[in-house]
This record gives sequence, C-alpha cells and structure tokens, in this order.
Amino acid sequence: MSPPVLEARGVTKSFGDLEVLSGIDLQVAEHQAVAIIGASGSGKSTLLRCIDLLVEIDDGDVFLDGQVITDPSVDPVSVRRRLALVFQAYNLFPHLTAQQNIVLGDRYAHGATKEEAAERARRLLDRFGLAGRENEHPEDLSGGQQQRVAIARAFAGRPRAMLLDEVTSALDPELVGEVLEAIRDLKHEGVTMLIATHEMSFAREVADLVGFLHEGRIIELGPPDQVLVDPERPETKRFLRRLLEAGRI
Amino acid sequence: MTASEATVGRRAARQAAKRRRARRGQAIAAVSSVIVIGGLATLALTSPGWPNVRDTFFSWSAFKDSFPDILSAFWIDVKLFMVVEVAVLILGLVVALIRTSRAPALFPLRLLAAVFVDFFRGVPVILLIYLVGFGIPALELSGLPSDPLVLGGIALTLSYSAYVGEVYRAGIGSIHRGQRDAALAIGLTEGQALRHVIVPQAVRRVGPPLLNDFIALQKDVALVAILGVVEAFRQAQIIASSTFEYTPLLAAALLYLCVTVPLARILDRMGWGGRAQP
Repeated sequence: MSPPVLEARGVTKSFGDLEVLSGIDLQVAEHQAVAIIGASGSGKSTLLRCIDLLVEIDDGDVFLDGQVITDPSVDPVSVRRRLALVFQAYNLFPHLTAQQNIVLGDRYAHGATKEEAAERARRLLDRFGLAGRENEHPEDLSGGQQQRVAIARAFAGRPRAMLLDEVTSALDPELVGEVLEAIRDLKHEGVTMLIATHEMSFAREVADLVGFLHEGRIIELGPPDQVLVDPERPETKRFLRRLLEAGRI
Repeated sequence: MTASEATVGRRAARQAAKRRRARRGQAIAAVSSVIVIGGLATLALTSPGWPNVRDTFFSWSAFKDSFPDILSAFWIDVKLFMVVEVAVLILGLVVALIRTSRAPALFPLRLLAAVFVDFFRGVPVILLIYLVGFGIPALELSGLPSDPLVLGGIALTLSYSAYVGEVYRAGIGSIHRGQRDAALAIGLTEGQALRHVIVPQAVRRVGPPLLNDFIALQKDVALVAILGVVEAFRQAQIIASSTFEYTPLLAAALLYLCVTVPLARILDRMGWGGRAQP
C-alpha cells in the first residue's frame, strides 16, 4: 500500500513558553480531505504552517509521500513546490493582476514558459468563475473573488496536497458559498486536502475525516457523521454545543 | 403647506446659507492676503536700503546679460543630477537589500552597510565633497578619477545613497509578512520573493519620500562648486564678483526653482505630498 500523502508524527511547536502543538499525529491519504476543527487559537493555522515549512517545528516529523520533509537537510523550497497553502487573508500580491498572481509561481517555481503559465492561469480563472477578470488587480475584486484567485494560484503549482487555512473566515457571509463551491470542485477532482475550518456544515459535506484539535493534540478523529454528530469526547461535545449556541452550525 | 414643500424650502435655504459661507470665506482670505503681502512689501520697499537692493538684486539688464551664461552652466547641474540620481537609486537599493538580508554569511556585508549608512548620513554633504574632492586626488593613485565633477558626483552619490537606502529599507520593512509567506508558499526562493513580490511593492510605497530626496539632491548638486566646477551657482558668483551685481545669483535661484517646483507639483499630483491648499 502506498504511504499517505501527508503524515505528521508527534509534531510539537512552542512559541516562547506557549506550547501550541503538543504532539500531533495525523495522516492524509491520497484523494482524501481531512478537516481540522478547533477553537480559535487552538493551533490549526500553526499546524498548516509547520507542514508547509513556513514555521520550523520543535520535535516530531512530517512526511510527504513517505519522505521526511522536516529534516534540516531537506530544501524547504522543493517541499513548498509540492504543496500549496491558501491563507485566511488571501495574501494576493496587490501589485499584480489576477492572472499575474497565478503565473508568478508557475513560471519561477515550476519553470513553465510565459505562454504555458498564462494559458494555465486563464483556464484556472475560468474554472473558478473568474473569466474576464484576468487583468484586474486584487483591490478591484470582492473578497470571495480574491480568495478564488488565491485558490487558483495555489492550485496552479499542481500540488500533491492543498493546505487550506480558514479560507472563508475573512469573508462576508454571502461570499462564503462561492469559495466553498471552488473547494467542492477540487474535492470532486480528487485533490488531497488538509483543511482548517470553522464551517461545520462544509466539513461535514467535503471531509472524509474530521479531527478535533484541542490543547495541542488531535483528541478525536473520525468520519464527520461521527465526530460532528455523535462525538465521543466531552471536549468535542462542549465545543460543538458552543458553536450551536452561537448559531455557527 | 405640505411636508415636502417645507423640505424643499429648507433645502433652498441651506444652499443659500452655504453660498453665503463660501463668499464670506473668500472675502476673508482676500483681505488677509492683501494685508499680509502688502505689509511685507511695504516693509521691504520703504526700508532704507531698498534702492540699493533694487539696483543690485533686481536689475533687468544685469539679468539679461548674465542669464545665457548661467543657463549653459546650469546644464552641468542637470546632467550631474541625473547621473547621480540613477547611481543613488541603484546603490541605495543595494544597501537596503544587504541591510534587510538575514543570511549569516552576509553578516560582514551587513555590518559594512550599517557603517556606510551611519558614516555617510552623519557627515555634512559639503564636508564629504571636500574630503572626496581633495582627498582622492591627494592619494596620487593612478586610475582614480581626478575630474572635480566626477569626484563631486561620487560624494553626492555616497551621501544620498545612505539616505535613500534607509528609505528603501523602511519600505521593505513595511510590506506585510503575509506577502513573504505567500511568495514562499507558491514555491519561490527567498531571492525570488524579494525580486518579484517584496521589492516591487516597497518601491511603490516609498515613491513620495524618494521624490522628496530627489528634490533635495537637485539643489545640493550646486555644492560641487566648492571643488571649482563652474555650474550655475558658481557661474553666477563669478559674474557677481566681477560686476558687483547680485542679480545673477537670483537668476541661478530661478533656474533651480524651474526644476524643483515642477517636481514638487508632481509629488502633489500623485497624492503623495499630503493635502496642500493654496
């Protein structure tokens, strides 16, 4: 059997005296979508940033296609070229157009020619409902459109797995749907995904597995119908009840 | 009277009140301008030395006689400004990139860049022009420039690169960390992230302070006169000392203004100069 696309083993990370991740064990198999839920500040973003090597972990290991990527001898650039991270705040490049945002990585990180990259960028924009917006700058796009450009930019590198960090949290409620549609589309294509999210209904729909991150550990992991409907751990129950009371489910 | 008629009436009254306020404002501005400008003019024109000042500073014939020579000397200022400006933009960026780099191997360069900025920003430009202009030829090394214009240009470049380097550095530091993260996340190297993402945004952001430094440099090129370069100021001084007329100096001042004022207006036009009112 082939190894999982992504695997974390005992990953720990502290910022100063604050231990954010206290031993994360997690596997994401090919074509699988795994959603991580948890309170704000529980370390969901940190976990994704550690996997993309934007943050150096303290202990443990992360594997990509069975190869360790958290060894100091591994070139982080080559790892990031095989992964993609979409940010909560989009982080589009404001001085570039929508199309140029997508082309940049394809050309300089993946060696595509100008024409190849432009053609791929146009197809991706079209696919995510942004045909005709190629030459607009991020400031002229709505939040939902910006996030779809960001998803296209991440996907343009043909990643082995996509890491989605609260990609709808910064959006106005009426714009959430169009971004979730884009992710649903990726899921249908079988893209391997690790998703940090607040959107319980979305996690339930798209994720094959849901993990609950609490006090630096994934304390419950299972199919969404179990974790989100009938959790075993009292902490998970409490978290879901609070979301329910806040009208977030 | 219906409610809507009452509303229309108030609207007209409000507009009339607005017009009255605008008229009153204009009147006050006009009267105070006349008083202030008129007062200053009267003060100057009735001063005991005015006839003397008028003859030595505001002589039309002296202006006409000296202007062609000063204008041709002014081209030296313009050319020097343009060459130094380009050199400053490049050297300043290099200094800023070295200072913002993090690689341990670059530590000696970072130290050197920090000393460079401290020294050349800390020494008066006029002193620096002296030191370079008379110090380098005194070394008597072959291959080093000896033309005072070149030496003056080098001194100006060193001094302004220290300033501009710090402007660039502030710009680079002001770019949100998320931009670097995003650039690395799509697989760019640190160098590519700088080249394609950070520096282009930083340069755009520091346009106003850069243009401000350009204006300062355009005036400071006159300082190379102390090395004997006959540029506009020096030419005016030469004429002034032979004719005992100061009008040529005023002509030179006018030429500097012809360059710096349009530059300042460009700055305003770009919305970079802050809100200015006439």
